[in-house]
Amino acid sequence: MTDVNYSTDVGVEKQTEQAAPEASPEVAAGLAQAIDPSLLAAKPPAETLARDRVFGIEGLTASYGGTPAIRDVSFEIYQRMVTAIIGPSGCGKSTFIRCLNRMNDVIPNFKTEGRILYHDVDLMARNIDPVGVRRRIGMVFQRPNPFPKSIYENIAYGPRILGLKKDLDGRVEKALRQAALWDEVKDRLKRSAWSLSGGQQQRLCIARCLAIEPDVILMDEPASALDPIATTRIEDLMHELKRDYTIVVVTHNMQQAARVADMTAFFNISKGGEGERSGVLVEYDDTKTIFTQPKDPRTEDYVTGRFG
Amino acid sequence: MSTNIPTADLFRSEHMRRRTIVNKIVEGAASVAALLAVAVLVIVVASVVSRGWGAINVDFFTKTQTLYSGFGPRPASGIGNAIVGTLIIIGIALLMALPVGILTAIYLNELAPRKLASVLTLAFDVLNGIPAIVLGIFVFVFVVVGHGQAAWKASFALAILMVPLIARSTQEVLALVPISMREASLALGAAKWRTTLSVVLPQAVGGIVTGATLATARAAGETAPLLFTSALYSADTMSYDPRQPLPSIPMFIFTSAEQADPYLHQQAWGAAAVLVGIILIASLIARWFADRSVRRLKGEK
Repeated sequence: MTDVNYSTDVGVEKQTEQAAPEASPEVAAGLAQAIDPSLLAAKPPAETLARDRVFGIEGLTASYGGTPAIRDVSFEIYQRMVTAIIGPSGCGKSTFIRCLNRMNDVIPNFKTEGRILYHDVDLMARNIDPVGVRRRIGMVFQRPNPFPKSIYENIAYGPRILGLKKDLDGRVEKALRQAALWDEVKDRLKRSAWSLSGGQQQRLCIARCLAIEPDVILMDEPASALDPIATTRIEDLMHELKRDYTIVVVTHNMQQAARVADMTAFFNISKGGEGERSGVLVEYDDTKTIFTQPKDPRTEDYVTGRFG
Repeated sequence: MSTNIPTADLFRSEHMRRRTIVNKIVEGAASVAALLAVAVLVIVVASVVSRGWGAINVDFFTKTQTLYSGFGPRPASGIGNAIVGTLIIIGIALLMALPVGILTAIYLNELAPRKLASVLTLAFDVLNGIPAIVLGIFVFVFVVVGHGQAAWKASFALAILMVPLIARSTQEVLALVPISMREASLALGAAKWRTTLSVVLPQAVGGIVTGATLATARAAGETAPLLFTSALYSADTMSYDPRQPLPSIPMFIFTSAEQADPYLHQQAWGAAAVLVGIILIASLIARWFADRSVRRLKGEK
């Protein structure tokens, strides 16, 4: 993503710019190129937000065929906030987010250690049904992946498999309205979802996810395949949705994290012994702190654009 | 300015002439080979149609075979019962082979561990290469001996032939369905079987139909298994009962061609033309159906 100015998209007034830099001078200097400080200025101080825990990740290590992709990750994700996972390629962001709805179960030789508490239930426990988990915790993928069915059928698919057949039309409309897509598609619900543009398809996928009324929405780089305007619409949508949903978003785009997230977790690649590379959580804090006063030098290097 | 840049290789040379000639030869050989293959097809179809044309009339499709004593006018005869028999035998074979083939493909592509899947795939390719007469004698020994012939036993033998064809072609199209489609469904809380049935299979319909058509075309022309399982039919009656041996087009061709009777020879050619026609029409219908389902999926209507 290039340096398009998005500040107006998130409703930030230009005047607030002065309020932002409480940052240390050298970080602020780096930020001048990396992040528009006005993105952060409008964010309420994170202490003021209610922190009701949705996920408690405790010592999570996830490995493919014995090679750990992430190692010993522990932090908490809060309700009705947008939590961004940022970090360089290969740091295990996607692996991590796919643990939260047990999506990695379909990969052979995938193993985890540690716990993921979801409202005090350990999702990694043996007696957990991954299908049940995914009904509560929805997911939006990197590339829009609507089914080759009609727009209506795409949204209705989820409710149908859950047996929510009452007032299906109303449910479809509600989901499409929530995803800010209704006005664009209401006259062509019977048309194929593949006839929509990429950005519309991604909002359709979000609507599809909303139709089963999940508790949490996981987004794995939801805008990385989209153009800047479509990206903006997805981000606006995230702002709308966090009133009712908890959102966890993986992004390789720091500006995006700065724009949308309340909390930000920075993952990095750690080189262990014998040339082993695995992802670790370096720092987790409210977004403003991560981008202006990071405690760890690696975070600072990353958010100021010195690597990654 | 650019005087020092060597330019010799930009001009036509001996090398280039050789390259051109080799190019021409390869192009020519490939074109001739392609033409030959088409020519053989055209010659076979044309000779079948030209020799069989004289036999084809309305009676040929509606009447049964008749026994002719050799005296007086020959009664009108046809292969109506053989056409019906072939359709019944192939229909039952398809009913047996299609579910097994599709489920096998689902197992191979969606469920089986990768190593096992590759071993089984190889096994199916081997099964695919087993001569039909071997399957015929297998079915003969296990279900015909001591119990008698029946059309459904012929279907069973042909189904064994069709399963690997259907399974392999279905498996190949299932593998083409993107993983992102499966993930989209799983992430909505759909169970794996649900995902396979509602998301993966519909996208593979085109390939399944193609596989089924190929298998049908192959099975419809097989004669060897029928010799063991559905050969002792009464040639002059119209019957529909698959528990009895039924006449079939390949058996009719086989038996008629053996007779020292030019009339029956012509009838055999006519039956061959009908068989080719049935397979052609079935392929076209299947093709049309598959194209339509693909267009529907893409939403082009």
